[in-house]
Amino acid sequence: MSGTQTPLVDIADVRLSYGGAGGTLAVDQLTLRVPAGRLVAVVGPSGCGKSSLMKLVTGLLRPSAGRVSVAGQAVRGPVKIVGMAFQNASLLPWRTTLDNLMLPLEIVEPYRSRIRRERAGFEADARRLLAAVGLAGFEDRFPWQLSGGMQQRASLCRALIHRPALLMLDEPFAALDAFTREELWDVLQGIWMERGFTTILVTHDLREAVYLADTVHVMSARPGRIVATYEVELPRPRTLDVSFLPAFSHLVQTLRAHIRTERGAGDAAAVA
Amino acid sequence: MSRAWLGRLMPVLTLAVLLLVWELGCVVFHVPEFVLPRPSRVIVTLIGTFGPIWFHAQHTLLTTLAGFAMAVVMGVALGVVVGSSRLAYQALYPLLVGFNSVPKVALVPVLVVWFGIGTIPAVLTAFMLSFFPVAVNVAIGLATMEPELEDVLRSLGASQRDIVVKVGLPRAMPYFFASLKIAITLAFVGSVIAETLASNVGIGTLVEQASANFRMPLVFAGLAVVAAMGIAMYAIFAWIERRMTGWATRSVDFGIGG
Repeated sequence: MSGTQTPLVDIADVRLSYGGAGGTLAVDQLTLRVPAGRLVAVVGPSGCGKSSLMKLVTGLLRPSAGRVSVAGQAVRGPVKIVGMAFQNASLLPWRTTLDNLMLPLEIVEPYRSRIRRERAGFEADARRLLAAVGLAGFEDRFPWQLSGGMQQRASLCRALIHRPALLMLDEPFAALDAFTREELWDVLQGIWMERGFTTILVTHDLREAVYLADTVHVMSARPGRIVATYEVELPRPRTLDVSFLPAFSHLVQTLRAHIRTERGAGDAAAVA
Repeated sequence: MSRAWLGRLMPVLTLAVLLLVWELGCVVFHVPEFVLPRPSRVIVTLIGTFGPIWFHAQHTLLTTLAGFAMAVVMGVALGVVVGSSRLAYQALYPLLVGFNSVPKVALVPVLVVWFGIGTIPAVLTAFMLSFFPVAVNVAIGLATMEPELEDVLRSLGASQRDIVVKVGLPRAMPYFFASLKIAITLAFVGSVIAETLASNVGIGTLVEQASANFRMPLVFAGLAVVAAMGIAMYAIFAWIERRMTGWATRSVDFGIGG
């Protein structure tokens, strides 16, 4: 199914090292293709270079070798068709939820030059987006008046407000309690199915990866590269019932075994 | 009486008890007035010589505010430069720390040589003492931005200027207003020191001359006035701080809850 169509994200044989020659090798021989419209999860042991992956795709870091392209164009600087959300919601505490959502529009073109004249229209968009994640009625609240889960929903909205073609998520739900996390899985799945943007979800949580993704890639210990890829053939929209199916548990088990092997390999490499 | 009221009254009560102990101590141990005057004598002097004291106090207040205003302008400018540019930080920070370590008292004679005896050395001393906390706090506010947030903005194509204007400066505001409270108190220290050493007017001069004549009640009356002005200014800036950046004190429990 990923076959002939050009991928939205194409990472080909990429190496990234920090601190010049002889520095730490964060990723090596990293190859990953993400077809447009798909939701892809990347899992791996801690320190496997998942954050490097985020920065490579968004153009915040340039690869030491290899090629990264997004939407058919080689990445040479900030990629504006990307939205990002992290474990920490990092909303601006002096802005209301609505004004937090407006922040990207004040920066990214073409919105930036239009925001003075079309603010009302943009705000209507933002309100619709907030309603879609269940935050209707909280537009004028400040971040400190929101719970952790609500802050994370707002952070997700901020990543999506400029209608990016690609959404990059770095452990977005890791700081939440289990119930809130599962709630937000459904929020993300819902808005993804509605809007059809491509998503790369970097996570430690294997259940989360299987629940949300079309494809799960397993990254090796540092230097990181993709060592296994699994298609998740579960129907959508997935509900918590799906997570109790044998196929679901089986895939989570398989992934867990993979990670354990990779962790072992990483430790061995560290000792050697 | 409610606990809140008691809390507000506590500083006044503590001061009253302190003055009472002081008064009694002086009476019981027969402390001579030219060593330590009784508080009641200080208060009488304060009321009796209100005219001259007020004249000098006004002058000190204006000197202090002038130096403080310069400190705010320079401190913010330096803080923004140092806090938003790694290179500027590396170039300027050691110099700033070095300058801050120089005792400003030692610089007053230099200022006198340059500008003569009078108001200008006092304004400059107030400025030198108070600009450092402003500069450092603004720089810290700018430099401690969450790296993820910076990544989000950079990936959207934000320039360094965008980041400073949209996030850095608003973020630095609580640090800035907190520094004003410290800076205004230091500015008083600076102006009074300079007045003591090299001026013909101001509370510092008044205190210096009074102590040369062993008029200790007047010395203490002068000190009390400086303290009162310091507290009043601190209170004003604390109030401004709460008004301007209430969001910062509430975000203490930021991120808690599910």
